[in-house]
Amino acid sequence: MFAKFADLVAYNLFGLEAETRLGESVHFFFYDTTKIIFLLSIMIFFISIIRSYFPPEKTKKLLSNYRKITGHIMASLLGVVTPFCSCSSVPIFIGFVESGIPLGITFSFLITSPIVNEVALVMLYTIFGWQIGTLYLVSGILVGIIGGLVIEALGMEKHVEEYVYQISSEESEIEELEWSDRINFAKGEVKEIVSRVWKYVIIGIGIGAAIHGYAPAELLAEYAGPNNPLSVIAAVIVGIPLYANAVGTIPIVEALMGKGVALGTALSFMMATTALSLPALIILRKVIKPKLITVFVTVVGISIIGVGYMFNFIMSLV
Amino acid sequence: MEITIYGPGCKNCVSLADNAKKALAETGVDAEIVKVEDMKEIAIAGIMSTPAIAIDGEIKIKGRVATVDEIKKLIS
Repeated sequence: MFAKFADLVAYNLFGLEAETRLGESVHFFFYDTTKIIFLLSIMIFFISIIRSYFPPEKTKKLLSNYRKITGHIMASLLGVVTPFCSCSSVPIFIGFVESGIPLGITFSFLITSPIVNEVALVMLYTIFGWQIGTLYLVSGILVGIIGGLVIEALGMEKHVEEYVYQISSEESEIEELEWSDRINFAKGEVKEIVSRVWKYVIIGIGIGAAIHGYAPAELLAEYAGPNNPLSVIAAVIVGIPLYANAVGTIPIVEALMGKGVALGTALSFMMATTALSLPALIILRKVIKPKLITVFVTVVGISIIGVGYMFNFIMSLV
Repeated sequence: MEITIYGPGCKNCVSLADNAKKALAETGVDAEIVKVEDMKEIAIAGIMSTPAIAIDGEIKIKGRVATVDEIKKLIS
């Protein structure tokens, strides 16, 4: 259906030749934008219904029952399903710490939450298939568990702004939702997320399309292919300051991989753009001191690099 | 009546405040809209997902942008 539409626009409407670079790029662009925006709307709706069962208040309650490694695993898993936007990270952080959840467990949650963005996950499954989608899911959860464990072990409690410990918030009740509330919530999410990310999708696919038609495959394969050991580190360093939505990054990653960029390198790049972004760090600075920010960036950065190498290694075996 | 909008000033919080204004205009209810943008204050109120709307100090809807109709029901 989407391929037909793209055929129609690129070859019939614009009269481009299928075998030319321009024709190929334009076709890729229309094929991807229509497919992704369509799937995105449907998927956000269903995922939001699931998410409506896990408000942050409930997550907080669940997490205060666990300690040590189980706590980190639970926090990381709940990070996947709890609805969360970066502008809520401070109230969530304060809420967790204030209710007695250990700092490391709080970080396990905060690290995984943006990396394993369900929307991005669905796109990974549809574009790359379930193997890569699952690998991404598992490694995102692992990065959260490891990052939280390291922060816990380093005893960073004194690097949280003092006022956080002085807050005692009101116990908020968890509202019981009716089915109609969940559907309203899901509809609102579709509208809100699609209206926010469509620009990123189009820009991402635009760049992806240009790479698809024009980027020199030999060059990319040489510098970012499996044989360059430094490529993963470079991908993470380039990825951190880029504030890209995972949704917009995926089409670029797809096109890059088509040109021979190694899987681990591509996934590390994606994780770095979503997990460590400048705006998110500026928001976090309100509750944690520079030293803990540095530790956070270092720990997460190294874990992501580790994941990249692991993937590249696994791919070299198959 | 006092309507409080909790949110650090992101796009959702702005649309929630707009919806509240619309609801007031459409129902003719006289109320004051107060915005709470400080993250600390938001956390103290026990809110973990923004935006949230409270009527006379009681939190009614949080974690999503309440629609004009929903706010109308809350204030009438």
